[in-house]
Amino acid sequence: MLHCMIGRVAGVYNARSATGTKTVPPRVSGRGATGGCVLETIHGGCPMSEQVDQGRRQLLTAATLLTGAVGAGFAAVPFLASWKPSARARALGAPVEVDISKLEPGALMKVEWRGKPVWVLRRTPEMLQQLEGIDDLLADPGSASSIQPDYARNPARAANPEFLVMLGVCTHLGCAPIERFRRGDAELGADWPGGFYCPCHGSKFDLSGRVFKAMPAPTNLTVPPHTFVDDNRILVGEDQARAA
Amino acid sequence: MMATDSTTTAKGGLLGWVDARFPLTRLWNEQWGQYYAPKNLNNWYLFGSMSLLVLVIQIVTGIFLTMNYKPSAAEAFGSVEYIMRDVEWGWLIRYMHSTGASAFFVVVYLHMFRAMLYGSYRKPRELLWVFGMLIYLVLMGEAFFGYLLPWGNMSYWGAQVIVSLFAALPVIGPDLAEWIRGDFFISDITLNRFFALHVIALPLVLVFLVVAHLLALHEVGSNNPDGVEIKKTKDANGNPVDGIWSHPYYSVKDLMGFAAFFVLFAAVIFFAPTMGGLFLEKPNFELANPMQTPAHIAPVWYFTPFYAMLRAVPAFFGTQVWGVLVMGAAVIILFFLPWLDRSPVKSIRYRGPIYKIALALFVVWFVILGYCGLKPAVEPFKTLSVIGTIYYFAFFLLMPWYSRIDSYKPEPERVTYHAH
Repeated sequence: MLHCMIGRVAGVYNARSATGTKTVPPRVSGRGATGGCVLETIHGGCPMSEQVDQGRRQLLTAATLLTGAVGAGFAAVPFLASWKPSARARALGAPVEVDISKLEPGALMKVEWRGKPVWVLRRTPEMLQQLEGIDDLLADPGSASSIQPDYARNPARAANPEFLVMLGVCTHLGCAPIERFRRGDAELGADWPGGFYCPCHGSKFDLSGRVFKAMPAPTNLTVPPHTFVDDNRILVGEDQARAA
Repeated sequence: MMATDSTTTAKGGLLGWVDARFPLTRLWNEQWGQYYAPKNLNNWYLFGSMSLLVLVIQIVTGIFLTMNYKPSAAEAFGSVEYIMRDVEWGWLIRYMHSTGASAFFVVVYLHMFRAMLYGSYRKPRELLWVFGMLIYLVLMGEAFFGYLLPWGNMSYWGAQVIVSLFAALPVIGPDLAEWIRGDFFISDITLNRFFALHVIALPLVLVFLVVAHLLALHEVGSNNPDGVEIKKTKDANGNPVDGIWSHPYYSVKDLMGFAAFFVLFAAVIFFAPTMGGLFLEKPNFELANPMQTPAHIAPVWYFTPFYAMLRAVPAFFGTQVWGVLVMGAAVIILFFLPWLDRSPVKSIRYRGPIYKIALALFVVWFVILGYCGLKPAVEPFKTLSVIGTIYYFAFFLLMPWYSRIDSYKPEPERVTYHAH
């Protein structure tokens, strides 16, 4: 079952065999170091039709491998892409409408958007006052390296300072911080200005979700895109400008 | 190679018929029956076969659990309760599987420590060690994916925390986390794919790696408590003088190890299946609730040393990726152990005081880190975690120096062995 390359196309062949010297015993050689013919004759020579062009073989092998690898790469795309959020998951991640007409001043309500808790806190004037004069204690008072829409990049972190809309997910490792609104909370010390506290790893945030210095959480809590549809309704997951 | 005699003589009967068509006898003899193991292996050498036993337990109990488990967010928690209460003997199968997970890490950690004691990762066993480390890595993946399946609140938030680690990576992080979850949060979709990875993808890889680990072991030969190569001294037939056939000698010894294992394993299953919240954490007896974090999130005990290292590193430059990198490096650095150790001798028996003290402290700090990882991030655990992390890395990164300057006793020519 020998597959032969004929001498005509063979550019490389075993010179020693071709000259007919009897130094090599008869044997079947693969594409070995001597590299000339597939089957040497009993006289140590190479039949004309047994000349093998090793360079051509290598080129063809490399080209075949490369084509196969590219094909495998393309074939991997559907499998890898199947891990992305499906059409249904994306549809379920659509914006959520929140009715804030019954939210008392000073109260917090939680709604679910994309499986995450979203807080809507209706802040009283006193609560907004608690945000002032504590910039020195905060890691990122101007929200420079935190995630929020541009309309919420301010000390109140809100388009309308009265309503704070924020993801209740700690920016450290995704736990849910709990509310500790009172100034000088018994657990958090007399100098506590009021805010949120993460029970997992101890991160502390003010009433705008801004993180205090030297906390495990690297940035302020995230403000999701949101828009005020009218005085009583907020749409969470849709940006101000786009909805308007 | 050493099996030529029996393969050529085995002719008749069913075995002969099979051997003429499949290398059954040859495989058995080469891989176990007539595999020469050092005669001085002590009880530290039981944990290898014991890991194999636990693997079999996990696969068998796992297969039976899938027969009643439902991998959907709506049904998963209920189906586990159904297995526990309504399925005949379901509670036993489930507790065997959950206890088996912890048992796996116990025996694997002891198995790895044995390698550190006797220098089993040293040349020519570097690849054997690397295969072993890959097994450990896949095992961590198995444990993580499996922990989400009961869909308890700790399952949920544990997965949330670990997937968030990927989100901390710069640039690609958030998209990568979304890709892993397949959703904007840990959801039914995530549960379903973790199930697929846990029951088929990773077990296949694991079994393949275990085969590679064993083939590599039987190729280079087992190390022993003296760290002396038995292949150096051979008899007239070319077999190691200090070697004995694994069968029946180590078959019998390993069976004794299995018996001891089953005593402890059964004790935990029947009397302390949750191990006071260590093996099955208390918040996991509540349904997953995306809106409510457990008061304190801690991984299962076998991950806590690395979790403590994650928390020991503070966030700076506005990202907490550093802790993630440190945790990853803590696992990856183990791969390089064969090349970090420069001692002229392998076994702790002939090593000097520096390595003995360094290794002892390593064990102490690893346990302390594990304890800190279980506790909230408050003092003194914060400081202890930082010191422990520094020691952990110093142990490995300074090894090329201290292992070289350490004194040592000359190794004997042959293994030391006293018949008993």
